[in-house]
Amino acid sequence: MIRVHHRANVPIWALAGASLFWLAPPALAAAEDDLAGIRNEISKLRQDYEMKIKDLEERLQKAETDAQAARAAAAAAQTAPSAVAAAPSPPAPPSAPEPLPTPRAPASQNAFNPVIAAVLNGFIVGASRDPSAARIPGFQLGDEAGGPQRGFSIGESEVALSANIDPFLFGSLNLSFGNDNSLGVEEGYIQTIGLGGGLTLKAGRFFSGIGYINERHAHDWSFSDAPLPYRAFLNNQYGDDGIQARWLAPTNIFLEFGAEWYRGASFPAAGAANRGKGTATAFVHAGGDINQSSSWLAGLSYLHARAENRDFGGDIFTGDSNLGIASAVYKWAPNGNPVVRNLVVSGEYFFGNEDGAFNGIPVDRTHSGWYVQGVYQFVPRWSFGLRYARLRTGDVDPLLAGSTLDDLGRIPYAATALLEFDTSEFGRLRLQYSHDESDFKPLDEILFQYTVIYGPHGAHRY
Amino acid sequence: MRTMMITAVLLTLGVASPAYANLNVFACEPEWGALATEIGGDKVSVFTATQGGQDPHQVQARPGLIARARNADISVCTGAELEIAWLPAIVQQTANPKIRPGAPGAFEASSYVTLLEVPARLDRAEGDIHALGNPHVQTDPNNILRIAKPLADRFSQLDPANASTYAARLADFSTRWQAALAKWQAQAAPLKGVSIAVSHLSWRYMEDWLGLKRIVALEPKPGVPPSAGYLAQVVDTLQKTPAKFVIRAAYEDQRPSLFIADKMQMKAVTMPFTIGGTPEAKDLFSLYDDTINRLLAAAKG
Repeated sequence: MIRVHHRANVPIWALAGASLFWLAPPALAAAEDDLAGIRNEISKLRQDYEMKIKDLEERLQKAETDAQAARAAAAAAQTAPSAVAAAPSPPAPPSAPEPLPTPRAPASQNAFNPVIAAVLNGFIVGASRDPSAARIPGFQLGDEAGGPQRGFSIGESEVALSANIDPFLFGSLNLSFGNDNSLGVEEGYIQTIGLGGGLTLKAGRFFSGIGYINERHAHDWSFSDAPLPYRAFLNNQYGDDGIQARWLAPTNIFLEFGAEWYRGASFPAAGAANRGKGTATAFVHAGGDINQSSSWLAGLSYLHARAENRDFGGDIFTGDSNLGIASAVYKWAPNGNPVVRNLVVSGEYFFGNEDGAFNGIPVDRTHSGWYVQGVYQFVPRWSFGLRYARLRTGDVDPLLAGSTLDDLGRIPYAATALLEFDTSEFGRLRLQYSHDESDFKPLDEILFQYTVIYGPHGAHRY
Repeated sequence: MRTMMITAVLLTLGVASPAYANLNVFACEPEWGALATEIGGDKVSVFTATQGGQDPHQVQARPGLIARARNADISVCTGAELEIAWLPAIVQQTANPKIRPGAPGAFEASSYVTLLEVPARLDRAEGDIHALGNPHVQTDPNNILRIAKPLADRFSQLDPANASTYAARLADFSTRWQAALAKWQAQAAPLKGVSIAVSHLSWRYMEDWLGLKRIVALEPKPGVPPSAGYLAQVVDTLQKTPAKFVIRAAYEDQRPSLFIADKMQMKAVTMPFTIGGTPEAKDLFSLYDDTINRLLAAAKG
C-alpha cells in the first residue's frame, strides 16, 4: 500500500507543474522567432506531459488493481484467518458471465492481525475430599496431577494467538491463566508450513505428539480431567521446550513418524538433565477408514527422560525414566455424519520403568496403567461417556516400604461418567461424576463444567 | 538395515503412486470430484473426500483423508469456508505445499461464482454463518459451467503437457452441459413460483435457478437445530403463507421436516444435494435430473 502511495506522488507533482506552466502567460514581449521557439518548446513539453500523464494513468490503474487484489486478500484473511480457508481469488476468467464478488472490507494493517481465540472454563465441584491434593500410593506424582479444587472456580483460561509468520513459518502462542491468576506459556512454537515431502518441523514449547490425547489441549479432551495414567506418568500431559520432526509417509493409509528432543524440565524429567537435553521421544501413528462410517487411529510412542533431583512431595528421584504408550482410537459416525449421532472409543496402555535412586536408595521398577473410554452422542448436541482407568506398580525394595513408592498392596483405579450438552461447536456444558480409588480413601467427585471457545478457532485434529 | 526395513514396510503398505494419471486430485465434495473427472478424464486420478449422504460442513479430519491429501497435486473444493471445520487441519498436517491456500493447486470453486446471502453481521450469535456468503453453489447447474472453465485452466496450468486434452474435454463437456441446461429449464417450467420450505439455507442458488419461492427455513439460525418453540413459529408462518412442500438434503436430520410435513399436511422431499445423495443421483447429469424429478413429483401432488 505504501508503495502505491509513493508511486502516485511523482506524477501528481508533474501534473501540478504542468498546470502551472499552462497558466503562465507565454512569452510576454518576444520576437516572432522566439515565439516559434517557445511554441516548439510548448508542444515538446505537452508531448512530454502527455506521456507522463499516460504513464500516470497506467500507474494509477495498476495501483487500483493492486489495491483491489490486496483488499480481496485482506477480506479473505479477515474472514478466514485460520489461514487455510480462503485463498485470494484469481481474477475471473473471461468466460465467467458474472463478475467476482466485490471486495468486502477495506485493506488495513488490521487484516494481518493474528488469529486470536480465547477458551474459558468454569467449574463447580463437589467432592468427598479435596481432589486437588491428589496422591497415588506407589507413584511419585508431578505437581499438576490433582483435580480442580472444590466449589466454584474458573479452572484454566487460555488465549491463543497464531498466524503465518511468512511463507515458510507458522507461529502459535498459547497463554494460560491459572485459577490463581498465574500466567503461563502453555505452548509457544514456530512450525514449518508446506515444507513438502510430508515433513513438518517444530521448535519452541509445545505438547508432545506421544500418545493420543497428549497433544490436545485440555479443553479438547472428552472428559474434564486427564485419565489416571496421564496423571500418574506424565503429570497430566507432557509439554516442554524442544524440537520436533514429523514425517507423513506417502501411503494411502495414514502413517506418520515423529521424533522429539526436549530440554527435560517437565515431569517425568527434571533438572533439565544432560545440560538441558533431558528428554527424547519417538512415535508412530497409523490410521485409516474402515468404511464410510468408521475410522481408526493407532499409535506407538516411546519417551525417555532423564531426571536429576526430581523433587515432588518431599521425595527426590535421580535416574532414567522410560515410558511406552500404545494407543488406539475408533470413531463411528453413520455415513460419516457426526452431527446427529457419533461414537468415539479410545484406549491407551502405558508401560514404564524408572531406574535410579529414590531418596538415595537404588530403585529399578516397572509400572503400568491403562484406560478405556467411550463417548456416544445419541441425539444432536447430547452425549454421554464412560471411562475406566487403572494403574499397577511393581514391588519396592524393603528399604522403601511405607514410602511414596509403596503401593501398599493397592491397585489404583477410577471410574468416570459424563453427560454433555453442546450449545454449539463452540460451547459445552458437562456434568461429570467420578469414583476414584487411587488413594486410600475413595474420592467421589461430581462436577459441572462449562467450556467455551470464541474467536476464530481452527479445526480440531482427529 | 533400517532403510531396508522402512522400504519394505512402505512397499507392503502400497505407496501411493500416480501410476498412470498425471494429476492427483483431492476433491472435497462429490460434485467437484465428478467435474474433475469430466475435465481430466484419464489424465487425472480423483479421490473424493466426502460421500453423497455426508454433511460437507461437518467432516472429521480423519487420518485417511490426511494420507490422501498428502499426495494431492490439486485440491478441488467449494471454498467460501464450507470446509473450514476440517480442511485446514488436513492441509496443515500434510505439509503439502501444492494445496496450501494461495497455491495454484488450491482450487476453490465458489471463487468463480457471485456468492449470495453474504451476512451483513458477522457474529456467532447469528449461528453457523459463512462470512463470504452462501457456499452451496452446486445447487444451480449454471454454476457448474462457470466453474468448469477455470478448473480446466487450472489443470492446464499444473499439467501443461495435457492442456489440449483438458481444453477438448472442457469443450465437449460444455456442449453436453448446455444441452442439459436447456432440457432442465424446459422440464422445470412448472416449478416457477412454487412456494417451498427448506430445512437449512442450502438452496438459494437452486431457488433462483428454478424460480422457487422460499417461505421459511426450519432452522432458527444456520446450523442451529430447531426447538419445539421455533417449529411452532414455522407452523404459524406456513399457515399464513402456505408452501407446497418442504425439502431437505439427504444428509440432514429428517425429523424436523417430517414433523412440519405432518403438521401442515404437505410433502417432505429428500433432495440429493450432491452426487450419491439419492440412489438416482449417480453423476453430475443425473444429479440435476433427479433434483428436478423429485421437485416436479412433489409439486404435482
